[in-house]
Amino acid sequence: MTLRKAVLLGASIAAAGLALASTAQAQNEQFIPGLIYRTGAYAPNGIPFANGVADYYALVNERDGGINGVKIVYEECDTGYATDRGVECYERLKNKGPTGAAYVNPLSTGITFALTEKAPIDKIPVISMGYGRSESRDGSVFQWNFPLLGTYWSAADIIMQHIALKEGGFDKLKGKKIVLVYHDSPYGKEPIALLEQRAKMHGFTFTPMPVTHPGVEQKATWLQIRQNRPDYVLLWGWGVMNSTSIKEAAAVGFPRDKMFGVWWSGAEPDVRPAEGGAKGYHAAMLQHGAGQFGVHADLKKYLYDKGKGSAKWDEVGEVLYNRGLVNAMLGVEAIRKAQTKFGKKPLTGEQVRWGIENLELSAARLKELGFDGMLQPLKVTCSDHEGTRAGRIQQWDGAKWVVVSDWYQSDDTVLKPMVNAAAKKYADEKKLTVRDCSKES
Amino acid sequence: MLAVIVAAFLAVPMVASPYLYTEILIPFLILSLAAIGLNILVGYCGQVSLGTGGFMAVGAYAAYNLWLRVPELNNLIVVFLFGGLMAAAVGILFGIPSLRIKGFYLAVATLASQFFLDWLFARVKWLTNYTPSGSVAVGKLEVFGWHVDTPADRYLLILGIVVVGTLVAKNLVRGHIGRSWMAVRDMDIAAEIIGFRPLRTKLTAFAVSSFFIGVAGAMWAFLRLGAWEPLAFDINRSFQILFMVIIGGLGSLVGSFMGAAFIVLMPILLNQLPGWFGIRMSTALLSHLEFMVFGAMIVFFLIVEPHGLARLWAVAKEKLRLWPFPH
Repeated sequence: MTLRKAVLLGASIAAAGLALASTAQAQNEQFIPGLIYRTGAYAPNGIPFANGVADYYALVNERDGGINGVKIVYEECDTGYATDRGVECYERLKNKGPTGAAYVNPLSTGITFALTEKAPIDKIPVISMGYGRSESRDGSVFQWNFPLLGTYWSAADIIMQHIALKEGGFDKLKGKKIVLVYHDSPYGKEPIALLEQRAKMHGFTFTPMPVTHPGVEQKATWLQIRQNRPDYVLLWGWGVMNSTSIKEAAAVGFPRDKMFGVWWSGAEPDVRPAEGGAKGYHAAMLQHGAGQFGVHADLKKYLYDKGKGSAKWDEVGEVLYNRGLVNAMLGVEAIRKAQTKFGKKPLTGEQVRWGIENLELSAARLKELGFDGMLQPLKVTCSDHEGTRAGRIQQWDGAKWVVVSDWYQSDDTVLKPMVNAAAKKYADEKKLTVRDCSKES
Repeated sequence: MLAVIVAAFLAVPMVASPYLYTEILIPFLILSLAAIGLNILVGYCGQVSLGTGGFMAVGAYAAYNLWLRVPELNNLIVVFLFGGLMAAAVGILFGIPSLRIKGFYLAVATLASQFFLDWLFARVKWLTNYTPSGSVAVGKLEVFGWHVDTPADRYLLILGIVVVGTLVAKNLVRGHIGRSWMAVRDMDIAAEIIGFRPLRTKLTAFAVSSFFIGVAGAMWAFLRLGAWEPLAFDINRSFQILFMVIIGGLGSLVGSFMGAAFIVLMPILLNQLPGWFGIRMSTALLSHLEFMVFGAMIVFFLIVEPHGLARLWAVAKEKLRLWPFPH
């Protein structure tokens, strides 16, 4: 083939491809982007989450024919947990569908920080369920951010409450040594402020120990822990870092039942690689745990029995899969709420933002959706973008996660002033105008 | 050349979409400037550096602190220049070992600067204004009263800076200083004998190189990311820019642009190509394919033309000038 022919052929293939891609889109569709990762160091945790999200959207389409008749169109983009790649994915997907992206789930604290700057300009809300910046729960400053179900400050507070309860009260923590092994990124650094505050209040020594991305090399950190002999180790890891930490703890003989992971360090892929070494390890729960509930029966009936599920059936009901379901459900319910005000049609990000801010899920509604037993009722308001601050602690018994505590509520007398101060600082730095939440219904 | 610049200033804003600006043109231009900076050091002066990410971080954080703490100077040009100057100062400091050590050993010494600077910005809280997570953000950017908010505005500002920077670099490498760099690169003892002072020559290369890299770092932080953490300038960034220089062509300014285009755009293109053709495949397969094809392409280009894309471009121009009648 001559060069000219090859060029011509290439050009015509490209033209045909572009023509295919730009075929007319149906109008009654709600577009939702999915920033996920199925590759890279964080894939073991990213995949089950992504499967859960995809399955729930598919279920809503299959079972209900969409949200009040508006079909969900969902498109994934692999970020690899890298911030610049995540921003690229967001820019690529934000204008798709008839009304653009309804909302975005960054699934990375670093990407959440970057999108926080873009959200008010693009008018697309950011749902960072159980992650993101802790002060963004203050909706008067962070209008477009929704760290639903709990921030890292809530998570750290719940773990500290559990430890205090085991020790017999916060006053018993005096003189104890607590170490935080954290992923050296915005994600891992988030809880430090709260833990420092608690350390000041109760007189324990708090030592943060960073682990660099991706976290497979932690020998030095755990050697230090063996020398320091802390009373408790908190773990803020993700992906392979979690299982490595647990294995290293076993190697240096740090008792696993004195180790507490955040809710991103408490899933099956974190403990299984450590095999026997993980037995006794604790982790916080973002409300839900593992297991199958009402919604899973529907998933089986409408998706998995027809071979349409994205995971294997025995992975359905794992912690991160369930978290994907919860994440997608909250988004869908927010759109449903927004439809009550703006009509049953595809909505813009700005309209969906109203839906999230006024989202309220009662116990009865959760039961209807098949999420009873996984979530507690929640109510989002202008001043509280978190919705609820409840959590429990679970323990790995060597084969499965067992819930070992009652419900805790993070202590707002500690958190609220910190949130307000941090949010105010952000608003001042960025010279933002702050909304008055008391004037909004 | 002039036609390209005119097209970039006038024609592009007429057709470009926000996606094209924010994800293609802006990263491409900023990293091109960084690649030019590194090319001055590696390609023209022959000093290997793995500290590019660190110097970009110096530029970004210096600019951030000036922007934050001296609101009177809230003008991006001033802020970026300050970032560049601070990076140049740090570059001179870390360039001092280059007088004694060469080649791989110098690469290792600059690698140390990368890790030191990473550590500095992650641990010294004052530099990140005591934010809980070490992530800082900027907003309300302006240049002489012009608010640079939309992607198009940002693009024009960046394009202006990159064009000026490239012209300065072009004139530097053609002039007395550039010749002294190249003399040191080709044989440092001979250069010393014919009268170039190695100390001054090497340190000016480090300073100028770091200045460009620092300005690129500040632009990357302010105009591309808006909010960033030290992770945005980690060792991978250093490698990325070094690869741009190697693939684009050592000692070639056009090559810096080509290398940046290749490294920035190719992964994005590979990731989207199947979608354009209507081929549906799983997200995971797509990502894996992207890595494999991209890696294969790097190897391919290095085998076909070890002197980089710039050389390939020159050869193609030669051929096309004679085409279709080669003899």
